[in-house]
Amino acid sequence: MLDSLGFIIGTTLMYSTPLIYAALGGVITENSGVTNIGLEGMMTIGALIGATVGFYSGNPWLGFLAAGLAGGVLALFHAIASVTFEADQVVSGIAINFLGPGLALFLSRLFFEGATMTKAIPLDSKMPRPLHGIFPRNSFLDLVFNQYATVYMAFLLVFVLWYLLYRTKLGLRIRAVGEHPRAADTLGVNIYRIRYLCVILSGVFAGFGGASMSLAIVSNFRPTLVSGHGFIALAAMIFGKWKPQGAMWACLLFGVSNGLVVYLGRADAPFQISVQILSMLPYVLTLIVLMGFVGRASAPAAVGVPYEKGER
Amino acid sequence: MKNKTFADKTFADKTIAYLTKGTLGFSIISIFLGFIIGAIILAIAGFNPIQAYGVMISGVISRPSYIAWTIIGSTPIIITALSIAFAFKTGLFNIGAEGQFIIGGITAAIVGYFVELPSFLHIPLVLLAAMTAAGLWGGIAGFLKAKFGVHEVISTIMLNWIALYLNNYIVLIEGFRRATSQRTHEIQRTANIVILEQWKRSPEGREWLRGHDFFGDALRTPLNWGFVIAIILAIIVWYTLNKTTLGYELKAVGYNRHAAEYGGINVSRSMFTSMVISGALAGAAGGLHVMGISKSIASLAAMEGFGFNGIAVALIGGNSSLGIIFSGLLFSALQYGGSKIQPALGAPSEVIHIMIGAIVFFIAMPKLIKYILHNIKKKRGAKNAG
Repeated sequence: MLDSLGFIIGTTLMYSTPLIYAALGGVITENSGVTNIGLEGMMTIGALIGATVGFYSGNPWLGFLAAGLAGGVLALFHAIASVTFEADQVVSGIAINFLGPGLALFLSRLFFEGATMTKAIPLDSKMPRPLHGIFPRNSFLDLVFNQYATVYMAFLLVFVLWYLLYRTKLGLRIRAVGEHPRAADTLGVNIYRIRYLCVILSGVFAGFGGASMSLAIVSNFRPTLVSGHGFIALAAMIFGKWKPQGAMWACLLFGVSNGLVVYLGRADAPFQISVQILSMLPYVLTLIVLMGFVGRASAPAAVGVPYEKGER
Repeated sequence: MKNKTFADKTFADKTIAYLTKGTLGFSIISIFLGFIIGAIILAIAGFNPIQAYGVMISGVISRPSYIAWTIIGSTPIIITALSIAFAFKTGLFNIGAEGQFIIGGITAAIVGYFVELPSFLHIPLVLLAAMTAAGLWGGIAGFLKAKFGVHEVISTIMLNWIALYLNNYIVLIEGFRRATSQRTHEIQRTANIVILEQWKRSPEGREWLRGHDFFGDALRTPLNWGFVIAIILAIIVWYTLNKTTLGYELKAVGYNRHAAEYGGINVSRSMFTSMVISGALAGAAGGLHVMGISKSIASLAAMEGFGFNGIAVALIGGNSSLGIIFSGLLFSALQYGGSKIQPALGAPSEVIHIMIGAIVFFIAMPKLIKYILHNIKKKRGAKNAG
């Protein structure tokens, strides 16, 4: 029984991780007043670049960093469009969602002799598990804590981002820019610089999220790998009321359903339940929750509105 | 000589003025820029872009069957684009066309398989059932928005996934599932909308088609009535939005809900109605896809993208019915033609997604296009002056 619980918690943590990275990306960009519906595309390019660099260099950390960089570069385009050229941010995000996967598959074919699936990373150049071998194999503690390094880093990032947003001057500025850019501008905050920073960081985080799939959960990139995680992260960010810790809890909710699906799909599961119905559950739950107590929580006031200096 | 340059200049100026005036101009310029980006990407990757575009163009128009495939491919995305455009015009962003498409497909597969009726009743019944079910599915998002203030972008993302898992659940129900496969049984022949399906397979039909190259080639494809229905739906959408009180009211809510409310329009009901109509359209796309192409539904590992592609088609088509028909054909031609550069040149077909992304990206930035055009104008002006 305890082992089963350990298994479920372990898989939950593993599956929540990519969502947490991407959702944190959503949190930081939306708090600065820029919608980023392109998280999906940024995750996809991150997943590909992470797997590619990881495969060729044999160093997962290099792959992870490169994935963040790739997501950041794609986000830069979103920033140029939505901050400098006052684009419709949703439309620009949709463009990113075509560009990201398109580029990822295009590059995959170039790097891997025409294949849309990258070659598997050897086991010893995958993301390390820092607590591997410390607890007895398959014990409760082992199942829960024997996680890839990316899992721990995701939860660390939740704390870092919370600290940044609510305990530092920069965080105050970011939130001011998202709530009332004109007031922030009057006080000498550089709106454009803050927004560029936040949008690019959101891409970096989403790229990390993609790589946390392709370098840890599985060991390669394939076309269906990310499929929709970016959108779920977006929903988790809103579910979590635009706060890092809230987004984390929402991601864990999606993760736990994933964990349960995997657990109940095992042959030794105590009872059988339709995996499809179970898979639906977190989405239904999200809708119900949104109807109830998230209804009043509102987005940063200036989200989605381009800022133009000197406009009244 | 002097006259000629003068004429040139006014023509260029006129063109620029025309192109920057409306959404049509921005779309055309964005498409052009998208092709340039595609060419640059191909060139960087070491392929000859002119050769690649040549393969794509001849891969779309050089045979009747190629054109037929392009039309077939455009049908679902034209209709999902109409669905998204309808929502856009009424102030809603329907990301849920993807899920509504799935619901339409499920319904069409059920009604197409379990109901037995003569064709002239069966086909409209399947289509109406698909539209009704998907309309209600879309209506959930409208209801949640009107009643609880849940943003439709989030609710439809959730509903997309619920629809996907619902699809996978229904596919596996015994009695509907085709033995040991991840697909359902095929719909009855009476619900099939492929043009001349029976006749094509009959001995006389085969004989005749062998003697007529054009039709023989074109009808080798599952060319179906879906495209005609897509055009009819485009006309209905245009008419509803521009010529009816309902359309006026829905658009009014889209422009300014407070003003509309002050004007006596029931805003909540309008939002619900918009989402129902939008959902019904996406459902029609899913239903027609089952009736014309897939004939059954299969377990889905990931979203198929009909809804998401529809968003791009709607944006490129400027959310107008006519524009959507053309952009749907363009999108489909890119997809179908693009798939041919892989075997012919070894160039990744995915370049077309980059192109489509680039086109949508430029459409998002009218300010950039204005800026570029302004600079061209200035340069031309300087050249002419000098």
